[in-house]
Amino acid sequence: MTVHFKQDEPDNSNRLDGMKQGVLGKPLPRIEGLAKVTGTAPYAAEYPVENCAEGVLVTATITRGEVTSIDRESVLSMPGVIAVIDDEKLCTRAAQGTANEAPMQGPAQVCYWGQPIALVVAETFEQARDAAKHLNVEYRVEEGAPLDPGAVEPEEQEGETVHQGDLAHAMVEAAHSIDVTYTTKGHASAAMEPHAAIAEWDGDKLTVHASLQMLNYNITELADALDMEEDDVRLISRYVGGGFGSKLGISEEVVAAALAAKQVGRPVRVVQSRQQVFQTVMRRSETTQHLRLAADDNGKLVGFGHEALVSNLPGESFAEPVLQSSHFLYGGENRELMLKVARIHRMTAGSVRAPGEAVGMPALEGAMDVLAKKAGIDPVELRLRNIPEDDPEEGLQFSSHKLAECLKQGADAFGWDKGLRKPRQRREGEWWVGTGMASAARVHNISEAKARVTLKADGTALVETDMTDIGTGTYTILAQIAGEMLGLDPKRVLVELGDTRHPRGPGSGGSWGAASIGSAVYVACKAIREELAAKIGTSEDKLELNEGKTATGESLTDLLEGKDLAREGHYEPGDIEDDYTASGFGAFFAEVRVNHYTGETRVERMLGAFGFGRVLNAKTARSQCIGGITWSIGLALTEALEFDPRDGHLVNCDLAEYHVPVHRDVPDLDVVLVEERDAAASPIQAKGIGELGMCGGAAAIANAIYNACGARLYDYPMTPDRVLAAMPD
Amino acid sequence: MRPFQYTRAPSLAEASNLTAGKDTLAIAGGTNLLDLMKLQVEKPGKLADINRLGFADIEDTGDGGLRLGALATNTETAVHPRVRSDYPVLSRAILAGATQQLRNKATNGGNLCQRTRCFYFTNIDQPCNKREPGSGCGAIDGIAKLHAILGTSDQCIATYPGDMAVALSALGATVEISGDKGERSVPVCDFHCLPGDTPWIENILEPGEIITGIVLPAPVGGKQIYRKVRERSSYAFALVSVAAVLELTNGRFSRADLAFGGLAHKPWHDPRVGECLLGQVPSDALFDKAADILLEDARGFGENDFKIPLTRRTLHAVLSQATEDAA
Repeated sequence: MTVHFKQDEPDNSNRLDGMKQGVLGKPLPRIEGLAKVTGTAPYAAEYPVENCAEGVLVTATITRGEVTSIDRESVLSMPGVIAVIDDEKLCTRAAQGTANEAPMQGPAQVCYWGQPIALVVAETFEQARDAAKHLNVEYRVEEGAPLDPGAVEPEEQEGETVHQGDLAHAMVEAAHSIDVTYTTKGHASAAMEPHAAIAEWDGDKLTVHASLQMLNYNITELADALDMEEDDVRLISRYVGGGFGSKLGISEEVVAAALAAKQVGRPVRVVQSRQQVFQTVMRRSETTQHLRLAADDNGKLVGFGHEALVSNLPGESFAEPVLQSSHFLYGGENRELMLKVARIHRMTAGSVRAPGEAVGMPALEGAMDVLAKKAGIDPVELRLRNIPEDDPEEGLQFSSHKLAECLKQGADAFGWDKGLRKPRQRREGEWWVGTGMASAARVHNISEAKARVTLKADGTALVETDMTDIGTGTYTILAQIAGEMLGLDPKRVLVELGDTRHPRGPGSGGSWGAASIGSAVYVACKAIREELAAKIGTSEDKLELNEGKTATGESLTDLLEGKDLAREGHYEPGDIEDDYTASGFGAFFAEVRVNHYTGETRVERMLGAFGFGRVLNAKTARSQCIGGITWSIGLALTEALEFDPRDGHLVNCDLAEYHVPVHRDVPDLDVVLVEERDAAASPIQAKGIGELGMCGGAAAIANAIYNACGARLYDYPMTPDRVLAAMPD
Repeated sequence: MRPFQYTRAPSLAEASNLTAGKDTLAIAGGTNLLDLMKLQVEKPGKLADINRLGFADIEDTGDGGLRLGALATNTETAVHPRVRSDYPVLSRAILAGATQQLRNKATNGGNLCQRTRCFYFTNIDQPCNKREPGSGCGAIDGIAKLHAILGTSDQCIATYPGDMAVALSALGATVEISGDKGERSVPVCDFHCLPGDTPWIENILEPGEIITGIVLPAPVGGKQIYRKVRERSSYAFALVSVAAVLELTNGRFSRADLAFGGLAHKPWHDPRVGECLLGQVPSDALFDKAADILLEDARGFGENDFKIPLTRRTLHAVLSQATEDAA
């Protein structure tokens, strides 16, 4: 039985706070943690499948053109080689998040260096890889493919442009104004588990084990790519070794494995190499961002300009939504916002953790520091003075807004010195030491979601949905929500995820997983509670459940009388989505050291204070924050995709040369979880926390670099060469 | 990976015989070689495993020096009590490289023979004169931030990536080599080659020659410093590194042995740099003069132009540190 709940109004009842089990929000360790650290949780490529052949993708060595011939004979005689697949259904790009349709297909047309053009299948992985490298391919090259986003005429992205008032005039008239341009480089998700799939056919039925974030969309994408009915496809992703956006949509290996398995009549596994993952899946676009801020004597913004240039391949709908939080974070009646996309022939640009704010916020919050300096106002105070009453563009009220609390609590916890700020005040040996701060903001996303909860006759519960856990703690929080609602120790709740045979969840992406699927579980549990309440002649809102018993001592097993009680919860966000502007907010504080001689920057300590609605598990939430801050460190100091200027290929395509922070780069990080219940965010009053922790943190580091050594940089990452170039003598 | 034969060399002589063949490479720790084989940058038909040949000890030499077996691991070497007390620059250089897991497996001889991490060398679908003579250099006019500023040629601007050899150069160590023509010793400073017109030749080993050990001379006084500049604080190759053995007597430099990493196709050792410091009172002007000599012929390729001022500043930092510690 399905119970549908569409949320049109805020829910201020905070029902979960009144439940008696008392497990929600507790810092429980991850349910699947032991299996993962002992290697017993199988990842996509690790499922034991008999008689499995191995496929390796062959990738293009030209930038743009056409494959004119593939010399199969050149490899079919090699040991173990079974087939060369160049089916026109092969995908040449990964699907964008929530695309819900097949990504670009047709491997004969080449649009970027490194694009998959064929698959070689062999008995062993080593044989397939060797043959893939030996496959002779001929091309007709189309010269002159544009590669430099600054050298083409960009398109304006629809729906992003805002012209309000007269910013140019405000810039001239205002007491303080700044006009700066920031840049960010491309980023990779760099998830630990490479993209992989094992495809098996049983007649016309296809089962694929894959590493994916959003099965609900992925099954549609795969069925569309293969011209199949969804009912004939099953996708399984029980454990995902990190996604960070790169597994939102199906990528090339999923379709390749399915096509190959069909053709060779046996299961086929395709695992992308680390280099292929870097070069063929998704990049975050580089950005150029022009910021204009105008403020009155008190530092109150009267003008706000944020214009950004990003890039993508022709034909891709995604444009890094740089301005997403700029639309509502600060006031200022004269506004100019615009997003432009340059069409170039580098690999596909798509979602990488916190698309938009990840790069937009570091630029905006850097600019705010420049303004604070110019206006002579403490940077925390400047932000406090500019928190708008309502959404400054839409006029909508905020669902809930914790920026001020985050700024204040964060400043207190960090020990922020509100005194006059001047650069170069503290030197320890070769090192300049300084502090900086920034606001955090990340829009709240939520989606329709379904989950089935079964209260078993034996007094345990089962939660089933095709939702994924990409390492964020979904298994655990769903057990906590069900346990809280049904009065059960979470150990008595079995959570089954990552299988399209279960009710459709929203998938993990855009930080929407916990609030969306958590709400579906909540809706299902509430329906079960209604049944139970009826059995003892009370109402659901008066039903108290704790440790498998009611307040009056009846046990769940007695009430169930030997029968399971199952409900499918179907949550759908209704008018709340249109009636409110909803966002997570926060504040970052950083202390850094900058070496006077070498320009090396090391983060000494960093703190983030975040408000994102109800905390479902204090441990997994904190871990998400720490992960986000760690990404902020990488974005600020080291991470940069480098593309060859002549053929556009991604040059630093492994974890040795794409520099994510190492342990030594990440000091003790402190996280303050700011208490919040957001009634208009979801029925469980929760928002997302998977991304907020990296939305602005890099600016806290950049601003600290300036405070430390006086080098004001506008280009991320702030590598030693750039720091030295900006370092005063 | 292409199919290859694997043979365990039963003796040094047999290892020499095996590796004298064009198609055979010696394998010790394999931390670099196996990666390159997977990428098909290296395509040996046969591997001769030399791990059981002995020469894995670290032992005193008769004259107060220390012999590092070629098959001793980087970890064993870095933590050896005599290395730590008498040659700390070497210990620090080794620990500044790679990761603990790699250092546990990597050997001293293999470390000397590791190959460049140039992006164009490791991508077989890009031109590289080192990997495929005559195909061109992808790095020149390409992504060259990590590349060389000294001793480059129009054929190759790759750097030698290691840290250990930079410290060995400053310490005046020698490499002991065994081959079918007998044994020879070569200073570490002369072991690696500049690219010139033969960038595929990276060191002076002849076919069939095997490194058996590295000999450190008797320790000298002074301050030993290894300074490695990099974007992230571990598991990254040097933008520039400096290995220094420096001593001041009566306020003047009485010893100044310096070598540099990240600047060239080999650890850069220009004796004139140290010589200009000897007998002089430390000063910014003196340090600048040393940097002028070092960087006299330095040439950037756009993206790596910053290495020239960075090297100057890093040399200043090292010389200042030695001076302050002495004061």
